[in-house]
Amino acid sequence: MMEALDIFASAGLWAAVLRIATPLIFGTLGALICERSGVLNLGIEGIMTFGAMIGWMTVYHGGGLWAGIAVAALSGAMFGLLHAAMTVPLGLSQHVTGLGITLFASSLSYYIFRLSIPVSGSPPTIVPFQPIAIPGLSDIPFLGEALFSQTAPTYLAILLAVVAAIALARTPLGLAVRIVGENPHAAEAQGIDPIRLRIGAVVVGSALMAVGGAFLTLSAFNSFFPTMVQGRGWVCIALVVFASWKPARALLGALLFALFDAYQLRLSHVVGKAIPYQLFLMIPYLMSILALLVMARRARVPQALMQPFRRGER
Amino acid sequence: MSAPVVLSLEGITKRFGSLTANDDVTLELRQGELLALLGENGAGKTTLMNILFGHYTADSGRVVAFGQELPPGKPRAAIAAGIGMVHQHFALAANLSVIENVVAGTRPLLSLGLGAGAARKRLVELSARFGLAVDPDARVGDLSVGERQRVEILKALYRDARILILDEPTAVLTHQEAEQLYATLRGMAALGLSIIFISHKLHEVMAAADRVVVLRGGKVVAERAASATSREELAELMVGRRVARPRRESQEPGDIVLEASGLDAGGRLKGLDFTVRAGETLGIIGVSGNGQATLVRLACGLEKPSAGRLMLYGKPVADPNPRGFVAAGVGRVPEDRNGDGVVGEMALWENAVLERLREPRFSRAGFVDRAAGRQFARSVIERFDVRGGGPDSPIRLLSGGNVQKLILGRNLAEAPKLLVAAQPTRGLDEGAVASVHGEILAARAAGTAVLLISEDLDEVLALADRVQAIVKGRLSPPIPVAAADPRRLGLMMAGIWEEAA
Repeated sequence: MMEALDIFASAGLWAAVLRIATPLIFGTLGALICERSGVLNLGIEGIMTFGAMIGWMTVYHGGGLWAGIAVAALSGAMFGLLHAAMTVPLGLSQHVTGLGITLFASSLSYYIFRLSIPVSGSPPTIVPFQPIAIPGLSDIPFLGEALFSQTAPTYLAILLAVVAAIALARTPLGLAVRIVGENPHAAEAQGIDPIRLRIGAVVVGSALMAVGGAFLTLSAFNSFFPTMVQGRGWVCIALVVFASWKPARALLGALLFALFDAYQLRLSHVVGKAIPYQLFLMIPYLMSILALLVMARRARVPQALMQPFRRGER
Repeated sequence: MSAPVVLSLEGITKRFGSLTANDDVTLELRQGELLALLGENGAGKTTLMNILFGHYTADSGRVVAFGQELPPGKPRAAIAAGIGMVHQHFALAANLSVIENVVAGTRPLLSLGLGAGAARKRLVELSARFGLAVDPDARVGDLSVGERQRVEILKALYRDARILILDEPTAVLTHQEAEQLYATLRGMAALGLSIIFISHKLHEVMAAADRVVVLRGGKVVAERAASATSREELAELMVGRRVARPRRESQEPGDIVLEASGLDAGGRLKGLDFTVRAGETLGIIGVSGNGQATLVRLACGLEKPSAGRLMLYGKPVADPNPRGFVAAGVGRVPEDRNGDGVVGEMALWENAVLERLREPRFSRAGFVDRAAGRQFARSVIERFDVRGGGPDSPIRLLSGGNVQKLILGRNLAEAPKLLVAAQPTRGLDEGAVASVHGEILAARAAGTAVLLISEDLDEVLALADRVQAIVKGRLSPPIPVAAADPRRLGLMMAGIWEEAA
């Protein structure tokens, strides 16, 4: 029993938490931006997969790591544009379109990967992002190892959550996104174009989702393999609700989920001999459902979420 | 009048398919003027204002504001030209604060900072100058309807609107709130703003406007100075024929049909006492949101009282449920006619028999007898003059007035013993109001007990024999309608019963 608690005292656990949380932070922020403008984007799972593939592919073919991130973001933006084109001006079902994009983007990723990389027992690798030691902070015992020896995208994710929180609450653009998600007719009456704003939000949000995927192949691991996203996109969708559509809480939620995940990995090493590890795999998801039960009841949903806007209609 | 013309519409024509919503409409607005645009539903008032504001593009004609022609179809250009519009259905985001609703879209999207401090100062200043009190930091969803309307007006003023357009501004307001609004508008006009308001309520137009433009069938049919016309003349111009609201004949009420004593409903209603007799109308007046919805649910068997007793025909109702109430002869006219009254996508005949599907005449061996249903629908359509479709048309194609006639008709065709009518003429135009009132009075004359729940003073005065006010879930003692006048009813609705007595 003590061993199960000792896990919390290891700096490695906390370092892993930040690492595991990073793709979730990107993905959740992306989904949150889409939803705040009133568009549910269930394409996230596929967009993350595609981002993971195309980011890795860019680096594998000689591009830089940041070029990989940029290409992934661009690919996400394109899928976002597709999703937005179907759901915003055409007003098609956001569920159906999003799921369609997930299936399409995932399959396309596997197809491109399969075409360009020969099948082999061990997938080819790249040199991923390396941890950056922050002078001064990284040398602090325990804390330094736990929090300040991450790769650059992790710091970027945390910075982005802060920027998104401030931008949504305190800038004209953020207010415009919120009012479009609450009542597009109110936005229109104020001279804001809901259609353009929603398309923009979905494009930007989807780009972030793809960056979250790219983190998996360019930082967390060093190779791409099918099914590696493993439902992280769906976790992000749930985290948005958990976060009550607020970026700061999304950051917190992603960290919490990552803590459960990192903990279960270590726990299965400690007591894994007696119990099948699949049981531990369920822990983060069970905890998420519990957390959702507590948090989501008080959540304030954007009032126009999933309601297509048609000019001149009420 | 020598004030300069600030806005003119010249030869505006707009067609939707085969329907001509506006037909060569020309009108002018002068500075500091309060102009009423009067017309029935479907006369083209809202279309005209939407063209003016750039929501729609006209097929022909032009809009000139302060000497500049406005580009068609561009709300932003209208805003920039100093035109502000207050929509009938408020264009507000309930989850955002007042200040956020006001400043959204006022700064370039990519600039940093909302300038909330300066905005708050300006908002407070505007509130004070025009008498539009509202807390800038309140969440809009927490505000009353009257306050939300003030936010709408402030939104326009914040953008330096010098011309204000209000689409049916009092449709959702109480009598007091409406009077306050018109006083505010008068003050704004005195400060040099020019205002157009759309209405189909004659008394408001007479009381508030300087000038009245009457629209009928998309055309301007008349223009009058408010001081040089009368309610009767305007009514005739608006409808195109003489309409007189029917009168109530006095008659002796019969036995008690519905009696409530000490009725409670989980904190929403407290200790209600009332009785309705056969051949009598009890009017329950009150500002909406004071427990009317719950009262209606109780009177229709949709909800069980948490305490107290409800008696139908002198016997306590043991287990209230909607089917039992329908079978016992309770007719219901729900407040939200499209939400609770009819199913929009279903045919007119299906809606006509929906409540009575279980009765053997409409179903046989578990199958619906369509022929009998259509026959019933046809008889309702004919007797109650429902227009706009046959038994097989989807009911959503009907206008509000015709939907209401169908709902009334399917109830009254069965000669109910009790009719529960909630806001029966809300949103209807003059012609439809007259016919709905006529039907309710006819039912009363035929011995039906009527429980009328309304926030329209004129309606209660016209239909009811006795009046009670509902305030915060409590009912005032009843007063005979002969002793009721708008002032006394207003006080009762404000919860001041002793003073009103």
